[in-house]
Amino acid sequence: MLSVEQFITLGAILFCIGLYGALTKRNIIIVLVSVELMLNAVNINLLAFSRFGLMPSMNGQIFTLFAMTIAAAEVAVGLAILISLYRNRNTSDVRDQDLMKW
Amino acid sequence: MFGGIEFTGQNIAFFLISLFVIACGVMLLSLRKVLYMALAVGGVFIGVAGIYVMLEAEFLAFIQILLYAGAITIMMLFAIMLTKHDEVEKAQKVTAHPVWAAIAAVGLGGIVLYVTKFSGLRWPTPTDSPWEGQDNVKLIGESLFGQFVIPFELVSVVLIVALVGAITLANKEEK
Repeated sequence: MLSVEQFITLGAILFCIGLYGALTKRNIIIVLVSVELMLNAVNINLLAFSRFGLMPSMNGQIFTLFAMTIAAAEVAVGLAILISLYRNRNTSDVRDQDLMKW
Repeated sequence: MFGGIEFTGQNIAFFLISLFVIACGVMLLSLRKVLYMALAVGGVFIGVAGIYVMLEAEFLAFIQILLYAGAITIMMLFAIMLTKHDEVEKAQKVTAHPVWAAIAAVGLGGIVLYVTKFSGLRWPTPTDSPWEGQDNVKLIGESLFGQFVIPFELVSVVLIVALVGAITLANKEEK
């Protein structure tokens, strides 16, 4: 029988991979992809608790559905921002995106 | 480490899928060409859909494949093609930054693993499926249009605002 521990362990590993990628990668699209990995890890946790938690219910699946929707919106806006940044500054390196640096 | 885990079909399937997911994630971190990295992420998304099936969320697994593995990966590939598509991640100079990032990631993972595995926390005992023989889509629909109507409407408003905003941002008028 599967248990909640296994899924939380997988979610933690996936979250750490995403965190490391988001902190170190240079390409702005890969940073966005790493954030998506972290969102996926959170979704796994939500579903694991909704199925194997103390009180199994449908709410975890609904929250996952909402998280996916917001993630899709986030990707659309993020890609639009990076394309307009690329058009203005001709680079896709996060380290050059210092428009708002104080 | 493997004490208490018996080798049923479910467990073997879980370990194979997690191995695939983690392998694709490590490929994301280690590959050099940006295009291949985006493809590796597609692998992670498909593997996570398999995990969703094991968690008895079939509808969400299909949505995951359609939305993430289909739409989002394709959008990422589009964005890569529209920017510098032959870009290679440069070899990182030995600076303190990746080291601190690795310490942060491994530290967070260590804390979570300690709490889940070794702190003696008692998890709920796994039960049989609470939704035995019921239609997943029907349950989600009833919940979504009964208990969660207002959040559902709000999410659709957010989605359309975000998409219109994205088009406005990316579509710059030539003066």
